[in-house]
Amino acid sequence: MSMISNQSQASKVAASEPRKGSNPMSSSTASRKPSEPLKFVDPVFTLKDVAVSYGNFVAVSDVNMQIPSHDITAFIGPSGCGKSTLLRTLNRTNDLIPGAKVHGSLFYHDADLYHPSASAVEVRRRIGMVFQKPNPFPKSIYENIAFGPKVNGRPKKSELDDIVEKSLKSAALWDEVKDRLNESALGLSGGQQQRLCIARSIAVEPEVILMDEPCSALDPIATLRIEELMAELKKQYTIVIVTHNMQQAARVSSYTAFYVTEVNLTSDRRTGKLVEFNETKKMFSTPDDERTEAYVTGKMG
Amino acid sequence: MASATLVSVLVTVGIVLSLIPTTFRLLREITTQIFGTVWAPLFTPSQYGMAPLLTGTFIIVSIAMVIAIPIGLASAIFLSDYATFNLRRIVKPILEILAGIPTVVLGLFGLYVVNPEFVEKYWPIGEPLAYTALGAGLMTGILIIPIIASVADDALSSVPRAMREAAYALGATRREVATKVVLNAGLSGVVAALILAFARAFGETTIALMVAGSYPKLSANPGDPMQTMASFIGFAGIGDAEVGSSAYNTIFLVGTVLFTVTLILNILGNRFISRFREAYE
Amino acid sequence: MATTSTSLESRVSIDRRIKDFSFTIFLSVSIIASLAFIFYIIYRLYNNAGFLLSWDLVTFFPSYDIDTAGFQSSIMGSIWVVGFATLFAVPVGVMTALYLEEFAGKRNRFTALIELNIQNLAGVPAVVFGLIGLAFIARGPLSWGFTVGSAAIVLAMLILPVIIIITREAIRAVPPSYKEGALALGATHWQAVSKLVIPSAVPGTATGTILAVSRAIGESAPLLLLGALSFVTFNPTGLDSGFTILPLAIFKYASDSREEFQVLASAGSLILLAILFAMNLFAILLRDYTLRKRNV
Repeated sequence: MSMISNQSQASKVAASEPRKGSNPMSSSTASRKPSEPLKFVDPVFTLKDVAVSYGNFVAVSDVNMQIPSHDITAFIGPSGCGKSTLLRTLNRTNDLIPGAKVHGSLFYHDADLYHPSASAVEVRRRIGMVFQKPNPFPKSIYENIAFGPKVNGRPKKSELDDIVEKSLKSAALWDEVKDRLNESALGLSGGQQQRLCIARSIAVEPEVILMDEPCSALDPIATLRIEELMAELKKQYTIVIVTHNMQQAARVSSYTAFYVTEVNLTSDRRTGKLVEFNETKKMFSTPDDERTEAYVTGKMG
Repeated sequence: MASATLVSVLVTVGIVLSLIPTTFRLLREITTQIFGTVWAPLFTPSQYGMAPLLTGTFIIVSIAMVIAIPIGLASAIFLSDYATFNLRRIVKPILEILAGIPTVVLGLFGLYVVNPEFVEKYWPIGEPLAYTALGAGLMTGILIIPIIASVADDALSSVPRAMREAAYALGATRREVATKVVLNAGLSGVVAALILAFARAFGETTIALMVAGSYPKLSANPGDPMQTMASFIGFAGIGDAEVGSSAYNTIFLVGTVLFTVTLILNILGNRFISRFREAYE
Repeated sequence: MATTSTSLESRVSIDRRIKDFSFTIFLSVSIIASLAFIFYIIYRLYNNAGFLLSWDLVTFFPSYDIDTAGFQSSIMGSIWVVGFATLFAVPVGVMTALYLEEFAGKRNRFTALIELNIQNLAGVPAVVFGLIGLAFIARGPLSWGFTVGSAAIVLAMLILPVIIIITREAIRAVPPSYKEGALALGATHWQAVSKLVIPSAVPGTATGTILAVSRAIGESAPLLLLGALSFVTFNPTGLDSGFTILPLAIFKYASDSREEFQVLASAGSLILLAILFAMNLFAILLRDYTLRKRNV
């Protein structure tokens, strides 16, 4: 993975007004120029000129943004614009794909995610991920949740029991499964399985939970439950969610990043680009960029 | 064209027909003798105690499995979870080459190299000679490594990437993902690999004949020469037993046992494979 | 405001790291051992008998005098037996596969039984095929004796299941859209199959057949029971002729305790390995060639 430098970033310095988590100050948005990225106090992630390529194909490029802590940030945009790819760079899941390269600098607090001395295993312990199609392990419900803690330490049985109960409660699944912890996780419904996957991530006590279209395989009722869950979770975790459902982004997130695919006319290559990153409320009412406006009003698909 | 299909049925019928009647005829003659401990059907007076054949088969197949399971599984895990695309492209053909070595050649190697240079020199128990069960077990193990490796690799590679990613996302290392999640998820396929490999080792004639000899010694020491069911059939088949005699019929008796055991194992193994395919394809 | 610096260094415990490392070593050693074994076996064979390698080995006939001993009879015997076996097995196998894939009805009891049957036959130990040959073909009702014909039938039975399975896979790999396209143009089922499916499946079938044949060449056990272990010093003269095959010629020399014959056995092994290697190489090249031709 290529990285630029390991010096501490400039993100601690707020530009016009410092932003922290879920207390936006709406008056200051008027004074910010559209081309300046939103800055936060102590952001969880800081991306500078980030691009991701697979061999010769550049999936997404020119990403500059910060992601605030204890809040929900959404990535939206038409399919193929690289939002999932970008999400996966945040916990180095792209490392698993041969030929994937990350350019630019990606900082998690003040540490370079892709520095040679950074351990991918440690990164992923701190930055968890929930996937599009629920993928519980073919084990019991208990063993699914216990997997993370067991692998990361040697908890005693009583500690494990506590962790499992706590995680399932945080994922709003405890009441439904507390009497069948030893049954196979594959017997749960889709929505339950996804909440199980969330509980599984929570069990290793991450700081961030990344969610890659977590509700796209679920029915509306299950989706609603997960969205309610996310609102609860953001008090303790930072959440970044990729969704192709604009209304969902509008419902749950405080900040939204909008991407498009740009076609390079000479090479006919498609690359994802970050168009706008803004407070959700503003993005869906008076966005800065006309392309954003076209997308959120449905003029562009 | 449908009639062509019936040929395959004919073959099976043929096998059954050739084996069963002679077996029953023979069994009627020698029923209790089977439980004896001396196997000398071709001598006079003939003795039909099957114990030496059973122990011989058991010891050689066990040694083969002990060798093949670790190496075969290690190769499979390497191919499915550790190797890069290019490395896989190189290693898979190598295993195919290993699979292509004829049993005569493996037997030769066991007879000329393994027995004299390793077993005879270093085996502490007893006095190993030119023929040893240990040598046969080792070479049979090498024979079945590719079976375990390719069937298990198929199974492990079919485990969806998303499951691996989920495990990695919890902070697991590559080894932990491969052994605690992938192996677990692909278990029925791996079991199938082991069963099929066992069946192959069970039916292997040439290696046992060349390396373990043709003396049906009842012993627990792998340094001794032994005869397996399969190698007995080979051995007796070379000779000129009179058609229809009891001695001749013993070939078919042992053949029936061999056929039945491998049939059951193969059915079982294929069952596991279909169970695995249902889950992931 | 963050004042402490975040570290992403590995917090994996020593214990886990040791296990990770040892496991990786274990895997690598296994792979390297497999590779090394192949080289070692060839090395030892060559060491033992490399000096003997010459065209004479292939042109001379077996004899008790090592200077004039060769493998011609067994090589020719192998070619005759495997050749006829292929001749018998391929048409039957291909037709069976075609029938099962294209012309049998939907999965019913009959086809399921046949499939189960074929799967089981594929796993039967080779020596059992020798038994059936002994009972019915060499002796018994047909009583053809220990001849090329009997051996060919036995080997044909051995490779039949493999050919059926491989051909079925080759047929299945043909995209259904080819066939549907032809049918939509008014072709009959048989026309669609014969003009589209079969030609498309030929490369896969051919490659698979070559591999099945190379396996048949290396087989020893079934023909042990069919009298191929005799000391044969002539080439086969017909389906009713006596014969021997290369693997069993090796076997015979190996059973002899005289050192000259052990060297001959090693030499024969090298020849056998060379033949197999050539056949597999041919199969791979054939597959690549047809793949390239198709993608042009």
